This record gives sequence, structure tokens and C-alpha cells, in this order.
Amino acid sequence: MDIFLQQLINGLVLGSIYALVALGYTMVYGILELINFAHGEITMIGAMVSLAVINLLIGSSLDLPGVMIVFMGVLTAIPACMALGFLIERVAYRPLRHAPRLAPLITAIGVSIVLQNVAMLIWGRQYISFPAIIPIQRYEILGATISNLQIFIFIFSGLLMAGLVALVHKTRFGRAMRATAQSPQSASLMGVNVNNIIAITFILGSALAAIAGVMVGAYYGLAHYYMGFLLGLKAFCAAVLGGIGNIAGAMLGGLLLGVIESLGAGYIGDLTGGFLGSHYQDVFAFLVLIIVLVFRPSGLLGERVVERA
Amino acid sequence: MSQLFSKNSPFLARWTAFKHDRRAAWIAFVVVGALLAALPFLVELGLGRSWVRVLNFTLLYIMLALGLNIVVGYAGLLDLGYVAFYAVGAYCYALLASPHFGLHLPFWIILPIGALVAGLFGILLGTPTLRLRGDYLAIVTLGFGEIIRIFLNNLNTPVNITNGPQGINLIDPFHIGGISLNQAHTIAGITLPSTYNIYYLFLLLTLLIIFISMRLQNSRIGRAWVAIREDEVAAEAMGINTRNIKLLAFAMGASFGGVSGGLFAGLQGFVSPESFNLLESIMILCMIVLGGMGHIPGVILGAVLLTVLPEALRYMGDLQRYLFGSVIVDPADLRLLLFGLALIIMMIFRPAGLWPSPQRSRELSDVET
Amino acid sequence: MKYSNITIGIIPLLCLALSACGKQESADTATHTTTAEEVVKIGAAAPLTGPQSHLGKDNENGTKMAIEEANAKGLIIGGKKIRFELISEDDQADPRLGTVVAQKFVDQQVKGVIGHLNSGTTIPSSKIYSDAGIVQISPAATNVTYTSQGFKTAFRVMANDAQQGKVLGYYATHQLGGKKIAIIDDRTAYGQGLADEFKKAVTEAGAQIVAHEFTTDKATDFMSILTKIKSVKPDVLFYGGMDAQGGPMMKQVRGLGLTTRFLTGDGGSTPEFIKLAGADAEGAYSSLPGVPLAKMPGGEEFGARFTPKYGQIQLYAPYCYDAVNVMISAMQQADSVEPAKYLPKLAGITHDGVTAKINFDEKGDLKGGMITLYQVKNGQWEVLETLETKP
Repeated sequence: MDIFLQQLINGLVLGSIYALVALGYTMVYGILELINFAHGEITMIGAMVSLAVINLLIGSSLDLPGVMIVFMGVLTAIPACMALGFLIERVAYRPLRHAPRLAPLITAIGVSIVLQNVAMLIWGRQYISFPAIIPIQRYEILGATISNLQIFIFIFSGLLMAGLVALVHKTRFGRAMRATAQSPQSASLMGVNVNNIIAITFILGSALAAIAGVMVGAYYGLAHYYMGFLLGLKAFCAAVLGGIGNIAGAMLGGLLLGVIESLGAGYIGDLTGGFLGSHYQDVFAFLVLIIVLVFRPSGLLGERVVERA
Repeated sequence: MSQLFSKNSPFLARWTAFKHDRRAAWIAFVVVGALLAALPFLVELGLGRSWVRVLNFTLLYIMLALGLNIVVGYAGLLDLGYVAFYAVGAYCYALLASPHFGLHLPFWIILPIGALVAGLFGILLGTPTLRLRGDYLAIVTLGFGEIIRIFLNNLNTPVNITNGPQGINLIDPFHIGGISLNQAHTIAGITLPSTYNIYYLFLLLTLLIIFISMRLQNSRIGRAWVAIREDEVAAEAMGINTRNIKLLAFAMGASFGGVSGGLFAGLQGFVSPESFNLLESIMILCMIVLGGMGHIPGVILGAVLLTVLPEALRYMGDLQRYLFGSVIVDPADLRLLLFGLALIIMMIFRPAGLWPSPQRSRELSDVET
Repeated sequence: MKYSNITIGIIPLLCLALSACGKQESADTATHTTTAEEVVKIGAAAPLTGPQSHLGKDNENGTKMAIEEANAKGLIIGGKKIRFELISEDDQADPRLGTVVAQKFVDQQVKGVIGHLNSGTTIPSSKIYSDAGIVQISPAATNVTYTSQGFKTAFRVMANDAQQGKVLGYYATHQLGGKKIAIIDDRTAYGQGLADEFKKAVTEAGAQIVAHEFTTDKATDFMSILTKIKSVKPDVLFYGGMDAQGGPMMKQVRGLGLTTRFLTGDGGSTPEFIKLAGADAEGAYSSLPGVPLAKMPGGEEFGARFTPKYGQIQLYAPYCYDAVNVMISAMQQADSVEPAKYLPKLAGITHDGVTAKINFDEKGDLKGGMITLYQVKNGQWEVLETLETKP
């Protein structure tokens, strides 16, 4: 039982990170019907920028407390990623808004490759370690171990998501966003500046990605120019699982995928009598994606219908 | 440049007249045939024999790019896991002609088998994804490519099928009857080293694939693909069975990939899962996007450019050393950055590619206005 | 009319090929200004660009130093004064480019090849060298397959993965007293190969494998497999893979409250491992093929000559140096620079290198290669002991 609980904790923490990243996909998809392939890379840039700032502050003569340093790192990473998100939308996606479907997708892949390689040129190919400046405390619950960082990640991402839901459903801006998602043309007739709404959506998603990036970096204690890619893909699978375009769906999908991966890697060997093992951990996300798309294309909580050829 | 190709330039008029002259076409055919036959000799003379090997890889990538072109260029289905079919073809060859299972079939039996198996995998991928829009399809195919690679990497236990991460070694070289293409042969006083023999084999198959691609493009099927690409609902309304036609695109594209994979295995003598990663898929996609989606000469141009580019990039290091005294940016690091930039810039400024098909560029320019 | 389409497609191909012809010729003629001495070309291949370029450069330097020293001696072989010429090529650690480079060496009629660095490039290129009858000595490739293909031309001056896996298995069961052993490998040719050899050795020694889990060479999250391993309570955990995963894994091992001993191979035996694992690295064990420089028969002296000229030794430079010297020594014994003549001498050679006394077994592997074990103490890898591999 303690092992099962531990796997559940592992899965929920991993899942809340997936969920944060999945929100960015889901928001952009909800409005533009575009998979922003570069979203995972924005997460990576967030981790890298905050790490650079943190290392700079540690190296400086200022004697700041650990939490403060991390906070400063996050505060730099968020605007940096917001600017990046804005720039990407402006340069790579907006000129193609009315082009054939294939075109923005290929650009998105291009942006993703460019960001990865620019990050590699700046920060190098090696894994960069995140300094351990926040003291880690570990707690025992029913034989399972959980750290203060894990609890923090789980609660903080929950709060962020709740805030986003409130923003979309309770504010004027949120209403404009939902209107744009339903029909950009009618929204603009109603006086909504569609271009601004799209830009702000990208900026919001990028801010969440930046926070997710810092969390991933701090949790695993490292950052790498390639870290965003697989994370982004899995987060996308999570968004589809929950129902793409649906914010609550992205959260549910993220948490579920995290738990599926964790329990899957932990128990697949026993379930299949040793025939399959943890070699297949990375297969689960894609299998989930294919199964959902075949049997329930609108996802668990989906609003949008996937098929719109 | 633009003036040269504008609609009423005298150059274009002469060129069109030339194109429609049957005699000129025959002369061009003979000249090109002779040049292609002499190409390895010319390349060796100018650049050394290792470039003949580069030439062989170029042909291999032309075949791969033409296969992906059917799926992406003709039918408009973005496939990011194309390398899976390449892998399937390569492993088919490796399993049927190596000491791993003790089978040693000749290549002219294995290549069709590889094409068939890869085609079946194409249908396997196509069936669940038929209903998906372009962007979902991209992610699912990407996942499919990864799944195939993960399975190839892990199917060494409990039963050793693929030999896992160690790959399969000592794969038989190409041989016809008792004649191995891996040895030098003297025909009519001309000695042909192994790379030359392989060049001619690859050339033959490349021409075959170009021929099939051309015939497909102008056939009913080819037109149906284009119809689906442009508007699936309208295509269905016109009585096209979109399901079968899409599956056919997947199967055809995959079978070209399977043939190329087989050739890769026979050429290298060693296959392992790490050769079939996502980057390879993206590189092949770059080739057709850069050259011109759906346009055979464009795709060939793209494949040639991107195979020769990394070789050319080697000189960038020397250039930097000459200019700045040291290598500032590692040219190998620039390769992917340039690919990514090329994808973005092409899509924004020249979405039909460097050498677009006349029809396609018309379509795309219409859409933009 | 149909054909004109093909024509269009082929033209750029030709243009490219022809336009590139001009540059190369001048370079070719320049190298043919032969003096009275005989020029013997030696090829060296390694990744000189990309993520492993620092290792590749190190290899090139080690090779260069040996060749310069040999030239300074003015050797006479087969009655002629010999001048060795190094031809260094970049294979970018890419198996496909590896074969292109190998073909290049064959074309230039090199008399021997030092390389390649990675097993992935060494294995496919070894076939090309074997077909051409050119001797190949790899200073760094450790994969077992390389020398087990039956090629007479393939040699290496580094202990292979099987030898290392055996020593690690021996160490885990005898020195660390492991009874219940858990294994993780990263499903790469290197990690899986090493883990399997380790598994064999451990099982033979009578210990029990309680778990064998898997990850990838891009993973950062090992929590679920480690949780599973925690449930079977192993006393030794072995990881077959690289430092980039090993370091974070070590951290997560301790984070889960697992106190088992952590053992890894040469891929994890780096300062990077300690950096990534932080304070949790303390007490981890690792192995490296070969002997630490300080303990090599001629190590100190080699370092004193190498470092002022080329900077800090990265890893394989001394092995490259030995590879060149053992090749030249065989040429001297055979009194010929032709591979066909000196190959039998090389197979039976005994040479006192800076890294070890070099003898080859019938496969071309190093006889009695040495493996050194290290442990992290106070944030640094400290030498524990050096063990000899048994056949």
C-alpha cells in the first residue's frame, strides 16, 4: 500500500506540471485551432532564464535568502517568456493565419527547433544543475515520502489553474476570449479586438509555461535545452485527454496522465508477467492519445469537436 | 529572377517552346542519361571517392523524400513519424539477410517484402487516424514514430527479435546471384568499385520511384489526393472514397520509405534504433518543404540541398578559423538552427518551396490574398 | 514530353556536383609535393564538432603527438626514411558519416586508422576497413560487437564493456557484499550492453537480481521505477548509462529515502555526475576502463609532455598515443608499412605503452585490460583500487 501511495504521489506531482503546460496548449488551441509546438520550448526557456538569474544572484555579493533568489528568478523568467510568446505569435503565426492548415504547423515545428538550438548555443549542450538553495524537507505519510517542494508544486499549480478559470469565466477579458474562441468573426463584429485577444492568450500561456519551467527545473534539479520537447508533447497528450480547448479538461488530463505514467511504469511488469516493463514508459502518453482520439475525440470533458475537416 | 520567370518574359516563352519540342526532349533525355551514368566518375575525379558515397546517400534521401511527398505533398497529411517506415524497411532487410536469424535472402526479394510490410504499417497507422484533422494527425504520427522506435529498441526480451539497442550487425551486402555488389567488378575494361555498383542500383530504384511518383501524380488517384488536400468535404461530395484514398497515400508513401530503409541497411551493413529518431523525420520533412511540396523536381532539389549542406557546413569551421583565428560557432550546432529557420522563412515568404509546381504556387497565392 | 520533367530534376544535382569540383583540386596537388622520404598516411577519426568535440579534439591531439614524435626520430622502415602524415577527419559521432569518413581514408590509401571514438561509428566503419585490408585501432570504442565480427583488422587498446561489466559485477558482489541487486539501464547500446554483462557476472557470483528497470537517455524523472525498486529493498543499485541521467537519478534515490549503495560505469564516472547529484553524490561508486594517469606506467611523464602543448587531458589522449605507437612498432618489426605485412606482427605484439602493457587476444581485444574503481568522497571521485580483467 505504501508503494501504491508513493506512486500516486509521484504521479500527481508529475501530473500537475503536465497540467500547467497543457493549459497553454489548450488556450491557444481553443482560440486559434493551432497546436503551438513551440510551447514546450517556452517552458524550457523559462527554466533556463530563471536558472541564469539564480546563478547570477548566488554569484553576486548580495546575500539574499534562498526563497528570495528563486522568486527573483521566476520574476525574470515570466516577462521573458511573455515577450517570447508575443514575439512568436507575431512573427511566426500571425502572417499565416489565413494560410492553408499545413503552413502554421510547419512554422510551429520550425520555431520549436530554432528555440532549442538557440538555447543550446547560449547555454551549451550539457545538463545544467539547479543549485539547491531551498532547503528540502521530507515527510513520511503512511510509509510514503513527500517533500515540501512536491507539496508546493501540487498546491501552487492548483491555485494558478483556479485563478485562470476565474479569469476566463468571471472577467470581461475572459468573455472576450470565449467569444473569440467560438467565432473570431462575430467577436470582432461585437467590438472585440481579436488580434489583441490572441496576443494576450499567447502571453498568458507563456507565463504559465515559464512558471512550469521553473518548477520542473527546481523539482528535478536540472535544466537542459532539450527538456521542453518531450514535456510539451506529453502535456499536449494531456490536453487532448481532458478535451482540448477546455481549461478544466487540461487540468484533469494532466493529473490523469501523470498518474497513468507513474502507475504504468510501476506496475506494467507485474500486470503482464514480466513481458512488458518500464521500457515502455514513454509509450503510455501516445497510446492514451491515440485511444482518446479514436474513441472519444472530444476528450473527457471536451467541448470542441475534434473532427472538423 | 522574378522577372525571368514572370508570365510574359521572353525567356519563359522560349523555355515553354523548348519543353514542347519532342526532339529536344529526346536529346535532353539522352544527355541526362549519359551524365547520370558518368556522374560517379565525374564526382570522383573532382572530389574524391568518398563523395560517391555522399552521392549514394543523396539518392537514398531523394527516395525517402519522394515517399513522404506522397503523404504530405500530394494528400496534404502531415506525417511526422515517417522515419518509422524507413525503420521498418531497414529492419526487414536486417532480419532477413543477416546472421541474426541465419536467413540470407537476396535483396531483390527482400526489398519488395520490406515495401509491403512498411505499406501494411502505413495502413496500420492510417486506420485510426483517418478522421483526424491535420494537426492532430501530426502529433499522432509523431507518437507512432516514437512507438515504433521504442519497440525496436526493446524487443530483445523476452524473445530476441530486434536485438534491442545493440542493433543488427553483419548485414549481407547487395548481391545478384553470385555477384556481390560489394566488390569491384570489371566490365568492358572499366573497373567499377563497390560504391559505383551501389550508385547504379540506387539510381535505378530512384528513377523507378520518380517514375511511379510522376505516374501517380497524373493519375485518378493523384488527382483525388490533391482534391482531398484542397477540400476534403468537397472531395467526398465528388464521389471520392476519401477513406481508401487516404489509406492508399499512407501505404504508398510508407512503401517508398520501406524500400529506402532496406537500401540503407544493405549499404551500412549495420542498423540500430538510434538511426531512426524524430530528427530524421523532421529532416525529410524539411527537404520537401524547402524544395516544394507536391512537386517532384522541387523535392529532389530539397533532398540534394539538405544532404550536401552538412558536408558543406564542414568548410564553415575552416572559414571561421581563417577569418577569426578560431572556431566561434561550431558548424554542427548551426545545422539544425538553419533547418528550423528555413522552415519558418519558407512558410512565411515562399510557402510553395524553392521550386514550386506551377499549379501549387497559384493555389497558395490565391489563398493569401 | 514526359522526360523533360526528369531533366529539370537532375540539373541542380549536376550543377552542385560540378560547382564543388573546383576547390578540391588545388588542395590535392599541394599534398603531393613529396621529398626524398616516403610519406605514410595515418587516418584519425573522431567527432571534432558537436557535443563530444572536446573528446574528439583530445583524441586528435594524442594521435598528433605520437606522430610528431615518430617523425622527429626519423624512422627507417623497409630501407626508406619514413615521414608519417596525419589525416584527421570529423565523423560527428554519426554512424552514417562514419562510413563516409572511412571511405575517404580508403581512397587516400592510409596505412592504418586510429579511431573511431564512439562504438556507433566504429562498428559500421570497421567493415569498410576490413574490406580494404586497412588496420584499425580504436582508442575508445568499448562495445563488444566491434571485435566480435571476425574482422582481422580490428583492434582496440581499451577494455571493452564485457570486461568492465565483469569487473563491476565482481566488485558489487565481493567487495560491496551485494546479495540482492537492482539494475537500471538506459536502453542505449552502451547502457544495455554494460548492464547485461554486469547482470551475468552478478548472477554467476550467486547474487540475486531483484529488479531490472529501464529508462531512456533523455529522461529526468525516475521516481516511479525507483519507487518500485525501493519496494524490493536491494543492497546494491547498478545504473548502466551516462552521467546526465545518473546524477539526477542518484538525487532521486536519496530523495525517496533509499539508502542502498549506488554503482555505475564509466559513463557516470565524471565530474558532471557529482555536479548534478549535488550533495547526494557522496558515496557513489563508479568504474573507468584503464588506469588513472598517475598509475599508468608512463602516465606522469606523458602528462608532462602533453599538457603544456595541448592543455588538460580529457580522457582518451594517452590511448590514442599508445594506439599510434603500437602500430608503428608493428611496422618496424615487420619492416614494412603495408597493412598486410605488419598486421600479423601487430596481432602478436607486446608493447610497453603509457597506459599499459599492450597485448591483443585473438579477437583484437586488449589482454588483461585494467579497470579502476572510484568513489565520491568530499565531492570528488577518489581512486579505490584497480582490478585486472580476467579472460
